Amino acid sequence: MDIPYLAEKLVMIFSKHIKTITCFSLACLLIGLSSITAHAESDSRAALSKLIAAPDKEAEASALDELSLLGDPIIEEVVSAWRVGEITHSESTGVVYWKLGLNSYQNLTTGATITPAEDHKKMRPSRKLRKELSKIVDLLELKSPDYKKRAQAAKKLGSSQKPEYVSVLQELAAKQETEDLQQAFKEAIAISLIANGTQQERIDSITLLGDNNILSAKGFIEDALKEAVADGTSSAALVDAAKVALDQLARHQSFIDITGTLVRGLSTGSVLLLVSYGLAITFGQMGVINMAHGEFIAIGGYTVYLVQTFILETYGMNSAMYDWYFIIAIPIAFLVSAIAGAILEKGLIQFLYSRPLESLLATWAVSMVMQQALRLHFGAANVSVSSPEWLSGSANFGGVLLSYNRLSLILFAILVVIVTRLLLSKTNWGLHVRATMQNRQMASSLGVPSSRVNMLTFAFGSGLAGLAGAFISQIGNVGPSMGQTYIVDSFMVVVVGGVGNLLGAAISSLGIGMIDQGLQPLLGPVMGKITVLFMIIGFLQFKPGGIFPARSRSLDD
Amino acid sequence: MNKLSYFDNNIEKAFFAILSCFILIFPLMNWIFPEESILHVSSFQLSVWGKYLCYAILAVSVNFLWGYTGLLCLGQCLFFALGGYAFGMYLMLMIGELGAYKSSLPDFMVFLGYNELPAHWVPFYNPVFAILAAMWVPGLVAFIFGVLAFRSRIKGVYFSILTQALTYAAALLFFRNDFTFGGNNGFTDFKFIFGVDINDPSVARGLFWASGAFLLFVYGLIAWLLKSKFGLVQRAIRDSENRVRFSGYSTTHYKVFIFVLSAMIAGIAGALYVPQAGIINPSEMWPTKGLDIVVWVAVGGRGSKFGPIIGAVLINLLKSFTTRAYPESWLIILGMVFLLVVLFMPNGVMGLWEQVKAYWTAKKQQKLNQSA
Repeated sequence: MDIPYLAEKLVMIFSKHIKTITCFSLACLLIGLSSITAHAESDSRAALSKLIAAPDKEAEASALDELSLLGDPIIEEVVSAWRVGEITHSESTGVVYWKLGLNSYQNLTTGATITPAEDHKKMRPSRKLRKELSKIVDLLELKSPDYKKRAQAAKKLGSSQKPEYVSVLQELAAKQETEDLQQAFKEAIAISLIANGTQQERIDSITLLGDNNILSAKGFIEDALKEAVADGTSSAALVDAAKVALDQLARHQSFIDITGTLVRGLSTGSVLLLVSYGLAITFGQMGVINMAHGEFIAIGGYTVYLVQTFILETYGMNSAMYDWYFIIAIPIAFLVSAIAGAILEKGLIQFLYSRPLESLLATWAVSMVMQQALRLHFGAANVSVSSPEWLSGSANFGGVLLSYNRLSLILFAILVVIVTRLLLSKTNWGLHVRATMQNRQMASSLGVPSSRVNMLTFAFGSGLAGLAGAFISQIGNVGPSMGQTYIVDSFMVVVVGGVGNLLGAAISSLGIGMIDQGLQPLLGPVMGKITVLFMIIGFLQFKPGGIFPARSRSLDD
Repeated sequence: MNKLSYFDNNIEKAFFAILSCFILIFPLMNWIFPEESILHVSSFQLSVWGKYLCYAILAVSVNFLWGYTGLLCLGQCLFFALGGYAFGMYLMLMIGELGAYKSSLPDFMVFLGYNELPAHWVPFYNPVFAILAAMWVPGLVAFIFGVLAFRSRIKGVYFSILTQALTYAAALLFFRNDFTFGGNNGFTDFKFIFGVDINDPSVARGLFWASGAFLLFVYGLIAWLLKSKFGLVQRAIRDSENRVRFSGYSTTHYKVFIFVLSAMIAGIAGALYVPQAGIINPSEMWPTKGLDIVVWVAVGGRGSKFGPIIGAVLINLLKSFTTRAYPESWLIILGMVFLLVVLFMPNGVMGLWEQVKAYWTAKKQQKLNQSA
């Protein structure tokens, strides 16, 4: 088929109608846009111009009143420009200009770009006016269409505890659309009222904050309590209420600390699980001490980097492909690492099954070579891998924040465990794997293609390492020696879990992750890690075979 | 049984003689010949070769564990570094007030705001104590770890991985500033050793002779042990530990003793290494170093008495050559060499002769068969 010809034809048809299409769509867009935003923006511009050009106090006051009713984001921009002297005014024509660039000006009222009149002068707001304006700007966000911003603004104003905002907040609170927003406003008001309210209002606010577990209010309640105890004249009810609220908050805090440790432990454990699960297969099941396991992790990380670069160059930054590049990269990372693993098994490891300690040395050499090769090709510095939009941000678990990156990692770790389990127990291949791993010669004599099974199993384990690398690229660094960071940990996980036991590896990685995160707040990250290592060495004194020791009747296993 | 001899064959005898001559003569070439002479050996060269001798001692200690007892220890670099740190503490204190801060405290302590010397540093003013500490500190660590590990019958790969974890934990600990051992930077800028300027050529000669003498001593000690009944039990443990245990030997005690002995040897090697290298820092005990040593032994030939010596010297020569000639790809070259050795020379350089001989006999046999 003649594709260039077809393309040409299409372009011709398109260009014939292009004027109509553009006109129509532009018109639609303009009508739609103006009806929504232009109204608010032009009103604000007009009010601002009036204010800036105001000849006397009276005109100024009326313009301020008008402005305070509006809520367009442009107000903030103009006010800040006004402060730094980027607003000029010409007495003769009465036009206000907004300086946008070196020599480009805009008519503030209309928004059109124009050349200013000869006599335009820089304008600066007076000190008093500046105060008023900052109040208006502060309140701007309260009217923002973005709910999150609105809630934050309310909180900020409440925490400032300035009495003038209470009435504004109260007025707006009733108008809020969602229950969450109303709640946020109520809390903000309560925090403000601790300082500004009547005695009864203060007590009610304190109780409300305590009941709702608002941790950020702790400082304010403590201050109120201190003050009440100090002057002694305040009613005992306030002191009691504050004490009760603080108690509630402390309880909530410790609850959050515990859940936080659990959630972080779960997340650390999942990272450990992902990096060590491949090793649990290659080392635990196959008995190959693969010191190059870390480099397979690095391969996974670099694959994600390459896919990202490729998509960025082919489709550009704002394409839908770029949004989803990570999803595309995951299977590719698995495949690339798996193929590298298969090559390593065929080229080297298959000769060393009877000499496990030498497989350690050989794979160590491979790891050196691979690391240096990565360093030569990609440079010694870490490469940057960006998180896709939908993975940035975080989920809130009862006050504990967990980024979507880590959340997806936890879910993926669970998925890996389940899929591996199903593969090994439900498929024919899994049956062969288990047979080969238990007794290579016996399986082979019964017709299991053991050399192929070995290769595929090793490739699968390496592929899992690649997956781990892909996910680590989202939470950590991608560099030539990224795998080295995890290699000691992964061996520990497998040994603690019991060599040859995948469930053991899963449990031990979660356990080690939890203990690590539990110790970190007490001892700091490095001492925490050292303590964990010594604890593992100690644990193996009591259970040398790990959590699930391999059972065997053979004497010299 | 034959009459007990320290040498298995004439090659070993010849090698021992050559090594002794080298150790004796090399420093003399620095002393006797003037600097213009071709035969002159610079003090720098001398200390480089002195370091290789220390590596050789280290490799011998690993071979004693791995080649003859079957214990692959990936943490030998830890004992080496501990010995180095013990002697380094003495050297640090000997700097006196010549440091950058003109204080009697080591520079890093002044920097970290110490007002007086920590109590565990004080005895290290005494060089004898420092040398003894270079033995017993690694020995003690090895004893505690060995008792724990061998009593619960951790062996094989698990032992290797645990020693690596121990090394990793210790390295992390030594990287910390508040561990009072100089943190990241370790010890360096030494000035005096036994009252003599450390840059004096006589120090380089003395240290070289000391390292060489200790290497020969360790060689002799191990040869003697191997010829004794102890050595027989040791090799029996390597080949089948359970049968030895059935025969009534407490293999745990044997293994702990061997582990501690080899840790002490490594510690002394470290103590000899630090004044010649002029620096000791935690990267010396990073887990990859432990693997490096094992590779030297594997390349030289484990289970042979001087295979490790040859391996350590060869690999380090190769390393210093390739890092200069091919700074970008020397790791790849080294890795390839290891790979080839592991795959095709299971007994290392020392086993090469046997391999070639076996190959020729097989060829000859084939020819004979064909002609018949």
